[in-house]
Amino acid sequence: MIKDYFLIAVKSLTKRKTRTYLTMIGIFIGIAAVIALIGLGEGLRVAITSQFGFLGTDVLGVQAAGVAAAGPPGSGAINPLTSDLAEKIEKISGVEAAFNRYLSAVTLEFNDKQKIEFAISIPSGTNRKTLEKMVNLKTSQGRLLTDADRKKVLVGDNYAQDSSFGTTFGRPLKAGDRIILNGVDFEVVGIIEKKGSFIFDDAVWMDEDEMIEYGISDEERVSTIAVKVSDVNEIGKVQLAIEKFLRKERGVEEGEEDFSVETPQSALESLNSTLYAVQLFVTIIAVISLLVGGIGIMNTMYTAVLERTKEIGIMKSLGARNSTIFTLFFIESGLLGMIGGIIGVILGLSFAYGAAAAGKTLLGSDLIQASVSWSLIFGSLAFSFILGTAFGVLPAYQASRLNPVDSLRKVK
Amino acid sequence: MARATTKTEKKSDAVLDLKGVWKIYTMGDVEVPALSGLDLVVKRGEFLSIMGPSGSGKSTAMNMIGCLDVPTRGKIYLEGHDISSMSESDLAQIRGRKIGFIFQQFNLINTLTALENVTLPMIFQNMPRQERITKAKKLLELVDLGDRMHHKPTELSGGQQQRVAIARALCNDPEVILADEPTGNLDSKTGGTVMDFLRKLHEKEGKTIIMVTHDEHVAKNADRIEFLRDGKIIKTIKK
Ligand SMILES: Nc1ncnc2c1ncn2[C@@H]1O[C@H](COP(=O)(O)OP(=O)(O)OP(=O)(O)O)[C@@H](O)[C@H]1O
Ligand SMILES: [Mg+2]
Repeated sequence: MIKDYFLIAVKSLTKRKTRTYLTMIGIFIGIAAVIALIGLGEGLRVAITSQFGFLGTDVLGVQAAGVAAAGPPGSGAINPLTSDLAEKIEKISGVEAAFNRYLSAVTLEFNDKQKIEFAISIPSGTNRKTLEKMVNLKTSQGRLLTDADRKKVLVGDNYAQDSSFGTTFGRPLKAGDRIILNGVDFEVVGIIEKKGSFIFDDAVWMDEDEMIEYGISDEERVSTIAVKVSDVNEIGKVQLAIEKFLRKERGVEEGEEDFSVETPQSALESLNSTLYAVQLFVTIIAVISLLVGGIGIMNTMYTAVLERTKEIGIMKSLGARNSTIFTLFFIESGLLGMIGGIIGVILGLSFAYGAAAAGKTLLGSDLIQASVSWSLIFGSLAFSFILGTAFGVLPAYQASRLNPVDSLRKVK
Repeated sequence: MARATTKTEKKSDAVLDLKGVWKIYTMGDVEVPALSGLDLVVKRGEFLSIMGPSGSGKSTAMNMIGCLDVPTRGKIYLEGHDISSMSESDLAQIRGRKIGFIFQQFNLINTLTALENVTLPMIFQNMPRQERITKAKKLLELVDLGDRMHHKPTELSGGQQQRVAIARALCNDPEVILADEPTGNLDSKTGGTVMDFLRKLHEKEGKTIIMVTHDEHVAKNADRIEFLRDGKIIKTIKK
């Protein structure tokens, strides 16, 4: 019988289309914001945390500035960091080591399925040890790379999980598996220990020279230069020295730098707090518009009860019980919420994927990714239905309690 | 009327029994009695007309009989059950199963088609979909509206709307059909057609019909006419 009630409710709603849509505006703005926020928020966090491939207090990161703020470091910069800079920086006093890091999108093929993933470089020679120490690189399965390895890679912990990699590619990876990166066959020799950050858990770690050789990264577009200082206490001085050197090298005045030299930790913190502020802001907007939307539904339903008093009287005279009338109005308000939710989901998805596509065009990277799960979509729809019904309870109750005789006496 | 009379005699039990029914409306501190001790017995299969001046309590009485309202004092028995002190939920059940209403204003639901209007009371009785559609179609054909099933009320004439209402009133095989001025909004010709259907229901199907009317000619279709004034019966005419 519930199905019949749905049909009756749908007929009432379609009869008053304009009002129905106006009522739903709040709901669909709110839901759209939620979908876009969650969908992009993840992608954004990924983009920001992947600016640096390392952490540590005695480490500085050099990056080219520009539109690359949300893309892979260096990729969108007007004036990218060139490969010769690391060596020159290493000569600055107080610098123990400096080497290039590359981070690029790569097409990963496995089990006849493919997806865009991220590859991050590991330098060879003595810098390999420096990096391994710097990021505390360890494997939970297999081994790390050595200078003797050819076409071998490490992968992050998520590649070894049923829930993430497994669902996309059919099964999770283990050491010894072969994967295809940009059409080239590689062997996975180790799984990196889980660290809870994108750069470790979601990336493919591979040899720097091979990354350039197979065209995954452009040698002259360095993502980050990692600089290890000899003395942690001198890090501020070294930072200034590198900045001075780069200004000269790149021919820019103080205050007009097209690059940044920062400790990854401080950069991460400031970026994370920005992201947090953005998320908080969007969340507040979403909550307000959902609240306004809910009150709009309540208002519309109260109006509907007034307008349809006669109809309620008729239905009661035909044997509708109070509970029947309640259910009818309850469903109608739930539908108002849910249809608003459907429009919101569509808008939110378009926004999230539109932003990702725009990011790709503008920044030439896949780093801004929209990831909207089915559970998020169905969750939003269920939520908007429940929101609709919640704000419809009082009007529906009022409708159900109307006295049949008085209702029937209404002219309209 | 011979056939109807034999039917009435055959099943002579009282479908309805109103005993000293009062309905008092309170307006501020003034008490307005709409019914003042109404006594009325209606037998199964009987066709009864109620007449009386405006404000004499005809509609109020119909509402009580139709379980839309309960009396302030007095008892109403429908098939022997006391309905004068039932809960709204129970009254709704009885209305849906035992009463068929026909109103002066037709009272169809404008968002629904003729067919959907007729099926509505059956939805409230949880009748399976196929069964109620079949039944609604049959009833619409009975009132000569087989070709208007998918029309909305606004696309139908007054007479046609009232015939949809008759079909709707019949869909749960009610014990009693209550018609409050069924021809009040119709011209005499279409009103005549509607009355033909009501009379047919009474004569062929043996339905119990209680009808309020201001029109003497219309009232004469019934077996008996009761005259109401100030909430009481003042005169009875039997055929
Ligand atoms: N809800 C109400 N509140 C107050 N008074 C009411 C109410 N309903 C009816 N009445 C009063 O009860 C009396 C009887 O009303 P009722 O509607 O039964 O008359 P009626 O015989 O059907 O009249 P009409 O021929 O005009 O339809 C009237 O005086 C009316 O004003
Ligand atoms: Mg009346």
